[in-house]
Amino acid sequence: MTSTTPRKRLTTSAMIASFADPGQRTTSAPFGHALDRLAQERPEVVGLSADLAKYTDMHVFRDAHPDRFFQMGMAEQSLLGTAAGMAEVGLVPFASTYSVFATRRAYDFLCLDIAEPNLNVNVVGALPGLTTGYGPSHQATEDLAILRGCPNLTIVDPCDSVDIEQAVPALAAAPGPTYLRLLRGAVPTVLDEYDYRFELGKAAELRTGRDVVLISTGLMTMRALQAAARLEADHVDVAVLHVPTIKPLDTEAVLRAARTDRLVVTLENHTVVGGLAESVASTLAFAGAGTRVVPIALPDEFLAAGALPTLHDRYGLSTDAVVARVKAELGGGTHAPWAADPAPATA
Amino acid sequence: MTALTSTRPPATTADRAERIERIRQAAHRIRRNALDMGEVQGQGYIGQALGVADVLAAVYTDQLRYRPEDPHWPDRDRFLLSIGHYAIALYAALAEAGTIPLEELETYGSDDSRLPMSAMASYTPGVEISGGSLGHGLPVATGMALGLRHLGNGARVFNLLSDGELDEGSTWEAALACAHHGLDNVTAIVDVNALQADGPTVGVLRTEPVTDKWRAFGWHALRVDGNDVAALVDALDELRAHRGSPSVLICDTRIGSGVPLLESREKAHFMRVEEHEWQIARDQLQEGLNR
Repeated sequence: MTSTTPRKRLTTSAMIASFADPGQRTTSAPFGHALDRLAQERPEVVGLSADLAKYTDMHVFRDAHPDRFFQMGMAEQSLLGTAAGMAEVGLVPFASTYSVFATRRAYDFLCLDIAEPNLNVNVVGALPGLTTGYGPSHQATEDLAILRGCPNLTIVDPCDSVDIEQAVPALAAAPGPTYLRLLRGAVPTVLDEYDYRFELGKAAELRTGRDVVLISTGLMTMRALQAAARLEADHVDVAVLHVPTIKPLDTEAVLRAARTDRLVVTLENHTVVGGLAESVASTLAFAGAGTRVVPIALPDEFLAAGALPTLHDRYGLSTDAVVARVKAELGGGTHAPWAADPAPATA
Repeated sequence: MTALTSTRPPATTADRAERIERIRQAAHRIRRNALDMGEVQGQGYIGQALGVADVLAAVYTDQLRYRPEDPHWPDRDRFLLSIGHYAIALYAALAEAGTIPLEELETYGSDDSRLPMSAMASYTPGVEISGGSLGHGLPVATGMALGLRHLGNGARVFNLLSDGELDEGSTWEAALACAHHGLDNVTAIVDVNALQADGPTVGVLRTEPVTDKWRAFGWHALRVDGNDVAALVDALDELRAHRGSPSVLICDTRIGSGVPLLESREKAHFMRVEEHEWQIARDQLQEGLNR
């Protein structure tokens, strides 16, 4: 009789689960520290949170500038209305909560109190897309879809700590309202190796490549870079266009990237409905470019609870899944280096 | 010109009588302005406008500090109208205040007018927020009051809301916040006309006891007959002097107040007035003033 050791299952872990790979270089609470630094230069910057300062890295700002932090309690409508009122009298508020609450629960306040008067209020939403294993109550898988229709609103989905650190002062400098999809806690540090500068409203070509172009946003740019490196080993030449600003979209860069005979793939940490994939697809269609777009995105479903690595694999966001999807799309077609009769790829 | 300053000498009995008479006259003009605007549309929120006219007259001619020629003056007291459909009353008051020209009132609700049916800050000088989606005024007032206090600005923030608006949860979120942060620069005014879109408040969603609720939320609350100018003056004076917590003035008002023809008709959120009735209404209003 043999005894079997039960296989250890991954657990959902805490709300503060990091999506960083084991051993990956990370930076702690980049948003909180960036806001602290900005506040040292700009006395009109204030912070608010709805009982989630500690979970949105706002606690760093709170501890550094206690007289400029305003606790609004677990009341997100009041949070955003209050932020609007503060902007009306000349302050520059950053208001943080979870994305689900900022968008689903308090959208009318974001829309009418902040966006319609075009106020410089910066809404910071944590746990965007699939960055928690807590299930649909906390997974803001459709926040971009909700917000893209809101006039005046600038929407930023940063890739890593570098993006966040550079985005924070840019969001404050932008005169109108913004929404930042916050990555919190131990946030991967990736983009500093790519001679990268965050520029509001601009996409950044991080890699060039002749066979495939990955148009990615948010943490999926990290996965796109990893996938590109892996595919390179298989002799697939992959470009990566990082699109941190979802709205206004850098349509010129998107069109430039897609108007080639490369395979065009979009990658986002968001439902396939109403996010980057459809933004890119509509950009191409409106410009008369008949390019096919392969969307790597979350399915149009309420997602499961569980451990993030498990869920990223299951829903196609892991690097393995991205590589497999790209290879499947290349298949035996003309793009594939392993195709029977490879046609020369042109960039 | 600067309309008002915040520092007034202690009121004498004669001063008080003079203030009450001045407010009564202003309320009369606000009502007349509102009737003229209502006639342009043939219908509208005229019942509410007549009901709240005394409150607006007291606030605009006796309480608020503002410069009619400079609606963005940073030190002005803010008056936030949550209830966007009360725009007809607010425009009538802003004309009385000198912020918008009297002759512009006839454009109310017309194409390209600065005076839309639902008040919006981007359209009209002196309108601080875009109301209409109810439950927004008090949260924004909270932010203005927190911000002004943070900036060391002594301006006050008023928010006029309706009893129907007490249905909205965000109103109570903000009520908690104002009390928690000790915002004694906030004055909420609740127009209790006991009527909502679908009928009497008591049948739509019961909000009484309103005063007890505000007190339980940590507010300094007074309740008066909102069509009694003397009572309004005394209450607003007391609230002005109160420190340490936000204040709320609950005003019981009568739909159509000042015009017996409209007071006595079946209560309607959106009142239809026949063409020939507008002059009757104006005549009744004038008779009331002369009494």
